[in-house]
Amino acid sequence: MLQNIIDVKNLSKSFDISSKEPGLKGTIKHFFRRQKKSLKVIKDISFEIKEGEIVGFLGANGAGKTTILKMLCGLIYPSEGSILVSGYLPFSRKENFLKNITLIMGQKQQLIWDLPPIESFYLNASIYDIDKFEAKKRIKKLSEMLEIDEELFIPVRKLSLGQRMKSELLAALIHEPNILFLDEPTLGLDINAQRNLRKFLQKYNKETNATICLTSHYMKDITSLCKRVICVHEGAISYDGKLDLLLKKLSPVKEILIVCRSEEDAIKLGNSGFTVKNKIKNEITIKIENNSITSSLKTILNNFDIEDLFINEPPIDEVIGKVLIKKDYDI
Amino acid sequence: MNLRKYLKVYKKFLHTSLASELEYKTNILVDLITAILSLVGSIFLLSIFFQNSGYIGGWKFEQALIIQAIYTILNGITNTWFNPNLTEIVKHIREGTLDFVLLKPIDSQFFISLKKINPSGFLEIMLGFLLLFFCIKINQINLNLSFLTLSLITISCSICILYSLWFFISTTTIWFVKTWNAIEVLRSFLYIGRFPLSSFSFSLRIFFSVFIPIAFITTIPSEVFLGLSVFWKILLEIIVATIFLINSRKFWLFALRFYSSASS
Repeated sequence: MLQNIIDVKNLSKSFDISSKEPGLKGTIKHFFRRQKKSLKVIKDISFEIKEGEIVGFLGANGAGKTTILKMLCGLIYPSEGSILVSGYLPFSRKENFLKNITLIMGQKQQLIWDLPPIESFYLNASIYDIDKFEAKKRIKKLSEMLEIDEELFIPVRKLSLGQRMKSELLAALIHEPNILFLDEPTLGLDINAQRNLRKFLQKYNKETNATICLTSHYMKDITSLCKRVICVHEGAISYDGKLDLLLKKLSPVKEILIVCRSEEDAIKLGNSGFTVKNKIKNEITIKIENNSITSSLKTILNNFDIEDLFINEPPIDEVIGKVLIKKDYDI
Repeated sequence: MNLRKYLKVYKKFLHTSLASELEYKTNILVDLITAILSLVGSIFLLSIFFQNSGYIGGWKFEQALIIQAIYTILNGITNTWFNPNLTEIVKHIREGTLDFVLLKPIDSQFFISLKKINPSGFLEIMLGFLLLFFCIKINQINLNLSFLTLSLITISCSICILYSLWFFISTTTIWFVKTWNAIEVLRSFLYIGRFPLSSFSFSLRIFFSVFIPIAFITTIPSEVFLGLSVFWKILLEIIVATIFLINSRKFWLFALRFYSSASS
């Protein structure tokens, strides 16, 4: 049985924030006397993550995903509750704990801007106490996995966003961490760069059995990488479980476009008890519940003269979008 | 603390920041010219002060030049290490990239205090030493072991005080986010260090000794060079430097508890 590598119990976090009224009067008032209030951004959450799991954190902007990730890697001190990551209290930031984790943020970079990425890799290697020979070996292996080569010797400021992100990944993985915290790693990347990055993460997870915690607004990242998702809504967990179960719950029906041989067949099919979405000449779109698709299709194929049929999955973005605005999913 | 690892990392810091700075040759050239002009201007200003009377606060022009030399060395150190690194803290905190520093298995204070260097500050340090050797010659200072030890101790203490003052102000960025103005105020206070402490009024002497110990930074090492130093003053400088250094460390660790990281 796999061990829990992350253990979170009753975790809460509050921030002091100051609000400002609009206009000059509000600005002057704000300058002399700031109205501060405590805002609870994470509300009593608990979850466990097993070694080697890839877990996606889903939620709208400001839901608290990044705050959770930052508490898990020890950057933010929790207000209440407990966190154990790889047996360590993250905020104490012990050397062995830091050597085990990495944080990659799509919108922030650690590479030295004016120098080629290779310089940052060797700097990181010395910080993680990796000798030059071993560092060279790891850089070679990771650059092959990431499919970067010449880019390693070009100043960072001259690299494209995709090349920079790959280099950021290499810099963040040179110490071979076994827990990866990824905060929107594909932000701003083109479709091919996104796909390559996902491919790399899958391969890295398979080869090293690393645990990956990921936040992303690109649903393709979540669906192709994560079997399990944790949905965060206004600082609380609204769903924690398998992604396919969530999708089934959110989208219980599939739409099936059937092309009949004649219009009469389409009319006959429409009157046979199925829920019809629309009908144009000999083409009819019906809705069938997920759990009865096989039997319904068997009935249709046996009783009607069908030319072609298409099963349409509802767009994933549309389905997941429901998660971002709903408070609770009882599955 | 693994000293070998820290030395190795510092070597890498030196290499990467020199390589970064050397990407912009013109900038370095401008910095070098500025350092030379700044020193010439300071000596000229000092000579004007001494034009009417041969003494200021009991110090001759040749003696006051020692203070200028030590100030130039310390200003060079500030420009080489403190300025590029500690002003970077503000950037790290505003942009949230301090996250990367805090997640490295290395002391965060070491990292943010020494990661960068500005090579043009080296010229200022060299110019300061040249002026100091010139002053040793014209003031006919006898270079013996006790003198060298004392001057090394007092200058090291001055560096510690200066570093701590910069670090204190930079650390407050964690709460106030923008503290650049405070650093500029400190810089202008440091200009005071070019003149002997005794040339100021009593109240200013107290202010620059107790509240912002600029006086310790240049006057006490200069007194050592001139053989005017008294034991209690040197001891006091050592105590002040130790207190400042320890507290800068404690303050940093305390401040980190309030670091909330920038939002993504």
